[in-house]
Amino acid sequence: MARKIIETRSAVSGLVGKFRQSTRRIPLLAWLLGWLAAAATEYFVGDAISYYLGLPKIPVLFGCLLILKKPLFIPGVMGYLLLIYILPVIVVARLGRGPANRLAVLLARGSVFIATIIHLGLFYLALHIWADISDYRLLLLKLTMVAVILTLSLNVINGYMGEFSCSHPGFMALGAYTASTITLWLFADDKLFGSPLLSPALGPYLFPLALVCGGIVAALGAVIIAIPSFRTRGDYLAIISLAFLFIVKSVIENLEFVGGPRGMSSQPDYSSLPMVFLGMVSCVWIVNNFVTSTMGKALCAIRDNEMAAEAMSVNTRKTKIVTFMFGAFWAGVAGGLFAHILRYVNPGSFGIQRLAEILAMLYFGGLNSVTGSIIGAVSINIFSEALRPLELFKWIIIPLLLILVMLFRPTGLVAFTEFKVKKLMRPKG
Amino acid sequence: MPLLRVDNMSHFFGGLRAVHKYNLVLEPGHIVGLIGPNGAGKTTIFNLITGIHTPTSGNIELNGQNLIGRQPHEIAALGLGRTFQNILLWRHMNVLEHVKMACYSQLEYGLFGAFFGTPRRHREENRITAKALHLLKIFELSEYQAQLVTSLSYGVQRRVEMARAMAINPRVLFLDEPTAGMTPDELNRMITIIRDIHQNFEVAIFLIEHRLKFVMELCERIQTLVFGEIIAEGSPEEIQNNPQVIEAYLGSEDVS
Repeated sequence: MARKIIETRSAVSGLVGKFRQSTRRIPLLAWLLGWLAAAATEYFVGDAISYYLGLPKIPVLFGCLLILKKPLFIPGVMGYLLLIYILPVIVVARLGRGPANRLAVLLARGSVFIATIIHLGLFYLALHIWADISDYRLLLLKLTMVAVILTLSLNVINGYMGEFSCSHPGFMALGAYTASTITLWLFADDKLFGSPLLSPALGPYLFPLALVCGGIVAALGAVIIAIPSFRTRGDYLAIISLAFLFIVKSVIENLEFVGGPRGMSSQPDYSSLPMVFLGMVSCVWIVNNFVTSTMGKALCAIRDNEMAAEAMSVNTRKTKIVTFMFGAFWAGVAGGLFAHILRYVNPGSFGIQRLAEILAMLYFGGLNSVTGSIIGAVSINIFSEALRPLELFKWIIIPLLLILVMLFRPTGLVAFTEFKVKKLMRPKG
Repeated sequence: MPLLRVDNMSHFFGGLRAVHKYNLVLEPGHIVGLIGPNGAGKTTIFNLITGIHTPTSGNIELNGQNLIGRQPHEIAALGLGRTFQNILLWRHMNVLEHVKMACYSQLEYGLFGAFFGTPRRHREENRITAKALHLLKIFELSEYQAQLVTSLSYGVQRRVEMARAMAINPRVLFLDEPTAGMTPDELNRMITIIRDIHQNFEVAIFLIEHRLKFVMELCERIQTLVFGEIIAEGSPEEIQNNPQVIEAYLGSEDVS
């Protein structure tokens, strides 16, 4: 009996090992092609397959919502996942391994820039096709990308520099209101600002500028937090930044020309998927550039020992101001995107609840790590959507998950790592 | 002209007189030692000169430039490197990153370069990496370059701190108890290292130390500090035979 268990166990571990062996040699390019194939399969035959499997319609979020509502659909959803996602991914990734590796070798010889563009292009295509199935997916995807920007920008302040800033939703609000004001005033016929000043056709092209303006206003707001940070750290700065969050919120609530507590609505629909994707990619790119440079490593030096950093010629005050402004800038950009996704903002959406959400994503994913922030933002977002049918239990399961992560990995899932694009894309032949 | 000159420097912490009318003249290429009982104000003097505290009165000049009122990082960039009594390293950074970090003020790219990864930034990063690797070789730290400092032994951490201090191209090096907590073996090694630095880098050294053997062997001139005041200054022999120094360290013979 015992021997039998050991035998089956070794057989299973052998299988797992074999599977790992075979996936280890698949480059990222082949995986992306696999995802693309899965998304395309769903796009073309998803309806038919879900009909034959007895599902009411294409399961939007890998069937999680459907299963949790009606457990009877479990076999159908399993079959659907197998046919639409797992099978195409494995088949394409396996078959495409050879050519993909050859292509990856070719790309590795050329510039990193071109290789990155090709990878991102494939990734975007897969996401676009996947999101085309339903508006719900599109919205979820956009909000997840905004969450990635938010988490990453907070990671620069809380993770890399080790300050505990609570004013991120405040920066986000500044960005959201500035960008909304600009687009409503210039490009939209609106009850607050009247008829548009410029032709609405220009809007989508000038939208990035509005986002940058939002970011700059948020960055200016961050100076208010950065100056006290010269003298205080830790809990005290957390309280100061929390106070800042409330100041921003109540100022906006009392400003009539941006709608006061009722908020602003009917922003033009400028936050398209490519726009948000572009925002996220540039955020990841710039943040990663910054934190891997010696100038950015100064943040870690300040966090670990400020006196030593100063004695080693690091200008700690300048670094702190720059970092706060930098983090706030991206929070502002994220706010601008967020306002144009929902096409409605009110001061209530930038309160403590939002702060808790961002902090949870940050600490779940991992401090001091770009990869961690991306993982944290994506997984918490997808989780909280997938568990939505559980209603009350969702708010037990997610915090419980956080507690477990904090117990076993106190700094988060993937903390203190460098995000190496080159390594990610390397051929594995 | 002396490299570092401190005139009549006094400092008060509230009502406590920590340093009283302290003078120092450090010529290029000299090694000067500062000894004194615990709490005499030795580290305070280091902190005053390196800009962590601003002296209540007095004058400090490095290479003809006034240091009073400057930020510590400016003073460091002018060529004043230091180590700390209780090793201050950055615990999430590896050895190579430590030494590169000290090249911060020599970086010739701005924030734009840091954000967008310009070719100039890559050139600069490569330059300081080469410099850091060279320093690691001199301090026999090459084998540890990718390790986090927390995993290193005490003696190695001391060497990392010195390599880091040398990366800012110092003209004056301040060593705060470089042999604290070291075994006799490590102590002898530290003496050779300090001699090597002194000869190869043409830097003046000012050090605080408790082990008299170490100070006597290295320093050309020694100051003795008691309660914030210099009670004796001179060559090792003079200090060794000075009755006031003996009294401060051992107490007086008089038991009446």
